[in-house]
Amino acid sequence: MAAESIGTSTHWTRHVVRHAGFAGGVLALIVVVALLAPLISPYDPIAQPDIIGLKNAAPSFVHPFGTDSFSRDVLSRCIYGARVSLSVAGLATVIAVTLGTLYGAIAGYAGGVIDAVMMRFVDAALAIPRVLLLIAILALWNGLPLWLLVVVLGVTGWFGLSRMVRAQVLSLRELDFVAAARAVGASSPRILIRHILPNVVPTIIVAATLGIGHVIILEAGLSYLGLGVQPPSASWGSIIQDGADQVGSAWWISLFPGLLIVTTAIACNALGDALHAAFDPRHTTGAMAELDS
Amino acid sequence: MASNRGIVGTVISRLVQAVIVVAIVTTLVFVLIHIAPGDPFAAAMDNPNVSEALRARWRAMYGLDQPLLTQYVRYLANVARGDFGWSFSMHRPVLDVLKDALPNTLLLAGTALVLGFAGGIGLALIQAMRPGSRTDRTLGAGSMFFYAMPDFWLALMMMLIFAYWFPVFPVAGAVDPIMHEYMTPLAAVADRLKHLALPAITLALLSGAAVARYQRAELLRVLPDDFVRTARAKGVSERRIMLVHVLRNALIPTVSLLGLSLPGLFTGAVFIERVFAWPGMGWVILNAVSTRDYPLVTAGVIVAAATVTLGSLLADLLYAVVDPRIRGR
Repeated sequence: MAAESIGTSTHWTRHVVRHAGFAGGVLALIVVVALLAPLISPYDPIAQPDIIGLKNAAPSFVHPFGTDSFSRDVLSRCIYGARVSLSVAGLATVIAVTLGTLYGAIAGYAGGVIDAVMMRFVDAALAIPRVLLLIAILALWNGLPLWLLVVVLGVTGWFGLSRMVRAQVLSLRELDFVAAARAVGASSPRILIRHILPNVVPTIIVAATLGIGHVIILEAGLSYLGLGVQPPSASWGSIIQDGADQVGSAWWISLFPGLLIVTTAIACNALGDALHAAFDPRHTTGAMAELDS
Repeated sequence: MASNRGIVGTVISRLVQAVIVVAIVTTLVFVLIHIAPGDPFAAAMDNPNVSEALRARWRAMYGLDQPLLTQYVRYLANVARGDFGWSFSMHRPVLDVLKDALPNTLLLAGTALVLGFAGGIGLALIQAMRPGSRTDRTLGAGSMFFYAMPDFWLALMMMLIFAYWFPVFPVAGAVDPIMHEYMTPLAAVADRLKHLALPAITLALLSGAAVARYQRAELLRVLPDDFVRTARAKGVSERRIMLVHVLRNALIPTVSLLGLSLPGLFTGAVFIERVFAWPGMGWVILNAVSTRDYPLVTAGVIVAAATVTLGSLLADLLYAVVDPRIRGR
C-alpha cells in the first residue's frame, strides 16, 4: 500500500513535468502573438470604424471576439493588450525578484541583529494587504505613467521571496564549501555572489514564473478599477473594464480578455509547479503559496 | 505549566507585533496621502465661484493648514481614541461610515471563508482517496482553473450567468433597494441571503480552489506515514483512515493557511464588493479614493489592515491550540 502511494506521487510528478512542456508552449505562443501583434491583428485596435452601426456587435466571423461600445475590434485589442499585460508583469517581476534576492541574501548572510531588523520589516510589510496599499498609491497619484506602474508593482512584490532566499542563504552559509571559500580568503560579496547565490537560482526561477502569473492578475484588477494601465494603452484588464458596465448585454467584451488572463496564469502556475518539482524532488504543490504576497 | 507560559508568551509577543504592524500601516498611509498631489478641495478649485479665502477657511477648519507633523501627532492621538475624523464625501463621522461597512465585509468574507474551507477540504479528501485517478485529475484541473482566475472577472461572469442569463439572484446591492423596508422580518432575512449568495459563492470558489490545492498536497504528504500503515495493518477501513487518521494530521497546516489566506480574502472582497455594489469596506474605500476623502481612505486602510492582522493573530493562536507540538515555541 505504501508502495502505491509512492508510485502515485512519482506518477503525479511525471504528470506535472509532462504538462510543463504544454504550459511552456502555451506561454511561448502568447508571447509570439504579442510580439507579432501588428502582423497578426486583423484590425487596428484603436480604430473606431462605425461607432453607431458597429457598436457592441456580437462575435461573428468578421469580428470573432465581437466589438466594443466604440466599435473597436475586441480580438485586435486583446492581441495588442497581450503586449501591455505581459510586459508590465514581466518587468515588474524582474524588479521584484532582484530586490527580493538582494535583500534576502544580505539579511541571511549578515545574520544577527541586521538580519533580525531586516526581517521584522518584511514581517510588517507582509502584514499590509498589498492590494489596499496599491489602491491607495495609484489613486493618490492619479494616472501614473506605465513605467511607474511597473516600478510600483515591482517594489511592492518582493517581500515573500526575500523570506525564502534568506532562509536558504542562512542554511547555505553554514555549509563546508562556504567555509572553504572563506578559508582561502574570499571576500564576503564574492562568497555571496559566486558561491551562495547560484544555489538559490532554482528558487528564484520558480518564484519569477509564478510571480508573472500573479502580477498579470493583479494588474488586471487595478486596471479594472481604472487605477492601472491608462488609455489609450489597454491591458487585458482594461478591456474587461470596458465591458464591465454592460456585461449583461455585451458579455463578449469582458469574457475573452478574462479567458486569456486565466490561460496565461494557469500556464505560469503549471510551469512554476513543474520547475519546482524538477528542482526539488521533495516538492509539494502549494508549498510556494507564500510567494503570493 | 511550562507550556501555558509558552502560550501566554506567544500571545503577548504576537500582540506586540500586531500593534507595531498597525502603527507602521497608520504612518505609511498618512505619509502617502500627504505627499500625494491634490487635496480634498481640488474639485472645488475648478469652480470659479469658490473664492481663495473660502478654500483657506475650509482648510483651516479641517486643520489641513497645520504643519504635517502636527497633523500626524493629532491624527495618532485621535486614532488611539477611536476618533477617525469627519468624512468629507459622506458628510458624517468616518467611524460611523466604517461601522456600517465592516459588518457587511465580515459577513461576506466570513461566509466565503466557511464555504471555501469546507468545500476545499472536501474536494481534497475526494482527490486524495484515489490520487492520480480521473476524478482527482478533473477536480485538480478545476481548482487550478479557479486558482488562476482574477476575482473581479469571476464576479462579472457569475453576474452574467446567474443574474442576467438565468436570473436566479439579484444583480447587485446588499438588499432590495425599494421593497426591503416594507418586508416582514423573515422576508427581509431571505432578501439579505439572496443578495449575499452570489458575492459569497464567488469569493468561496476562489478561496476554496486554493484550499483544495493545499489540502490535497498535505493529505498526500501524510499518507505514507507509519501511523497510517499501522492503522491499515489493524484493519481500519480506508474511509476511516482518511477521515480520522490522515485528515486530523493534514488539517494542522491548513489552520495556518487560515491566517495566510485572510489578506487575500479581504482584498478579494474589495473587488467583489465593487462588482456587486456590496456596501462593505472595499466599496467604501474605493468610493473614498475617487472622491479624495483623506480621512475615510486612511481609516479604511488602517481598519482593514488591523482586521487582517487580528485575524492572522487569532489563526496563529488557533494553530497553537490545535497542534500541541508548537506550544511554548
